Amino acid sequence: MSGSGSSHSKDAQSGTRNLQVESMNRHISNPRSVSLGFVIIACVCLIFADTSSFSAEPWLELSRIAYGFISPTLLSSSDLFSSLANTLAFALLGVGAAAILGMLLTHLFEWRIVRLLCAFIRSIHELFWALLFLQVFGLSTLTGLLAIIIPYTGIFAKVYAEILDENDQSAYRQLPQQTDRWSAHLYARLMPSWPQLVHYTQYRLECGIRSSSILGFVGLPTLGFHLVSYFKQGDYSDAAGVLYVFIAVIALMRFWTRKKYLLPLAVAAIIWLPFQSSVDLDLLQRFFTHDILPSPLRQEAGIFSVEAWQQTLSWSIILFNEQALIGTWNTLLLTQIALVGSGLLALILYPLISPLFFSRKQRMGGHLFLLVLRSIPELILAFVVLLMTGPSMIPAIIALSLHNGAIIAFLIGRYTETIKLRGDSPVGVDRYTYEVTPRIYKPFLAFLFYRWEVILRESAILGILGIQTLGFFIDSAFEELRFDRALFLILVTAALNILVDSASRAIRQKLRLSTAPSTLEDVV
Amino acid sequence: MTLNPVFKLQSSSLSWQKQPVLNVLDLHIHAGEKVAVLGKSGAGKTTLLHSLHQQAPESTALCGQTLGLVSSLSVFHNIYMGQLEKHHFLYNLANLIYPIQSQIKAIKPLAENLGLNDCLFKEAASLSGGQQQRVALGRALFQNKAVFLGDEPVSAVDEVQSETLLEFIMSRHQTVILALHSIDLALRFCDRIIGLKNGEIELDSPSQDTSAEQLRALYQD
Repeated sequence: MSGSGSSHSKDAQSGTRNLQVESMNRHISNPRSVSLGFVIIACVCLIFADTSSFSAEPWLELSRIAYGFISPTLLSSSDLFSSLANTLAFALLGVGAAAILGMLLTHLFEWRIVRLLCAFIRSIHELFWALLFLQVFGLSTLTGLLAIIIPYTGIFAKVYAEILDENDQSAYRQLPQQTDRWSAHLYARLMPSWPQLVHYTQYRLECGIRSSSILGFVGLPTLGFHLVSYFKQGDYSDAAGVLYVFIAVIALMRFWTRKKYLLPLAVAAIIWLPFQSSVDLDLLQRFFTHDILPSPLRQEAGIFSVEAWQQTLSWSIILFNEQALIGTWNTLLLTQIALVGSGLLALILYPLISPLFFSRKQRMGGHLFLLVLRSIPELILAFVVLLMTGPSMIPAIIALSLHNGAIIAFLIGRYTETIKLRGDSPVGVDRYTYEVTPRIYKPFLAFLFYRWEVILRESAILGILGIQTLGFFIDSAFEELRFDRALFLILVTAALNILVDSASRAIRQKLRLSTAPSTLEDVV
Repeated sequence: MTLNPVFKLQSSSLSWQKQPVLNVLDLHIHAGEKVAVLGKSGAGKTTLLHSLHQQAPESTALCGQTLGLVSSLSVFHNIYMGQLEKHHFLYNLANLIYPIQSQIKAIKPLAENLGLNDCLFKEAASLSGGQQQRVALGRALFQNKAVFLGDEPVSAVDEVQSETLLEFIMSRHQTVILALHSIDLALRFCDRIIGLKNGEIELDSPSQDTSAEQLRALYQD
């Protein structure tokens, strides 16, 4: 912006001043300085982070786990079948409903209030939603479905609206002027974006299966439930069996998510899931008008007394100082370290699936490796590492870096397919450092900063494994049935998330990284 | 035929993307006229056509240079989009999901005349450039408006075919205004020529009184 402004300036003095400002701007908006800054921050975070290892014999545990993974068993196959069916049913119905709701919300997306609402509901992790609804609806189908539908609706609304806006509008503009709004939308806005919308929805279904499986962590009967219990009991062969089935289901998604299967599958899911006939309205009312209110406000005539509000203020301050602050600090430490970890890993791994480095046959192994890494939910990955290293930030760092690094590596690896190199370009390491990496660096940063917000959400949730991020305090509050505290901390998490989201957007704009989902496909 | 002009521009300055492009002192176009607009690229042909379209959007069909095709939809649907306004949303929705027989019947002869009958249910994305232009032309024709405004509507098809297409356009509309790139086609198919040069209307005369030499001068500096 300032560049085009200064070039028109005739005043020589203001021209030089503009030039100075411009060079400063260039410094800030230089991908290299930004990357360096983030690496330095991550190093400083590493000093503060708790990276102690408690386990006496990590190698023993590792070898037992490794043995389990080479000798998988599918012993309790009926259990496995029903939890797999539950996982898929929750994912299919939850993502389906969220896609429809999100599509409807795109029509209201010009309204600021709708955008804010969507940002808010997607900033809260599905496990936190599950923990909330668990108190009201118990371990029921409704809890599982709402936990997926609510955050996914917020995500769909945003991404669908972006896809529709960024698509070619020429067909829309050229329609006869009297064409009614809905027909014009259908033919000239929805249809041109249709392939991208479908592609994105499919990708989200994959995420939905991961989300649905980790709902097992809070007790819902999905795959995660069995995984955790097998891992806890040390039945690594059984755990490996479940994990392999899970990865296979995701790897074969292309085949079972064909258009003709989707509707029958959705119907089967509705039949399969047990729906409660009634909801305890008293409990519902009590929860929303009493349980989640800050405890000082719960006294009689609480919300009308000034004193109660004063007490609420000091309640909030104490809670903030004692829990939210530590939680936020640790969440941010973990996020920054894992962000850089994911980035480094992605840069190391992307050649594995790039045609510029390996032949089609050689890439098969790389594809499988990345698929396995990104299919395993980070919560489960962290849990496995935790068994080896004991509770500290290390398992979380490793899990988040592996999972997110594999996703970004996959995206930039595919991006390199569009790069055309000269016939006489160097090969091997020289090609990596001189030809390819410089070209993918900007899209790489765009992918990475897109994931920043996701990594933060995951950092918070990993607290339920015992690392003192915000999720740790939220989980403890739920365990102590202090729902007011839980809600307060969830809101803090949401605010932090929205903050990081806008920081990420600001950096992407500063670096002029494309923010179009059409070019970034399935990143968000 | 009425004597009232369909289009009237008087001492107006026409702009394209906020840049003034063309000054028109006085221009009247009457119903029944077949007008060709000639001039170098950038002379203001597109600007003129768009401003004429804006004068009477309900009664004119504009076939612009930007094709505006929905590449994921079939040729049939892309042509049908010219008549979205004539039907209820639910009808349009139904036709999108499963093409309605009566609409196929209405569009088929049109597609035949445009040489598109073999690919009526192919995706627009799979067509060649010339075929895509004919689909865009089909959408403008399917609107069945009294006035047809075409901005180089046959620029991407071969000579023989462009003659057939121009004949077809003329036969379906009383009033036609075309921006053309070929002097020969302009003289043969239109009865009035408007030549643009240096941001002005340089020439405005009946075809029979105009020579190819005169028109060639429009393209010289």
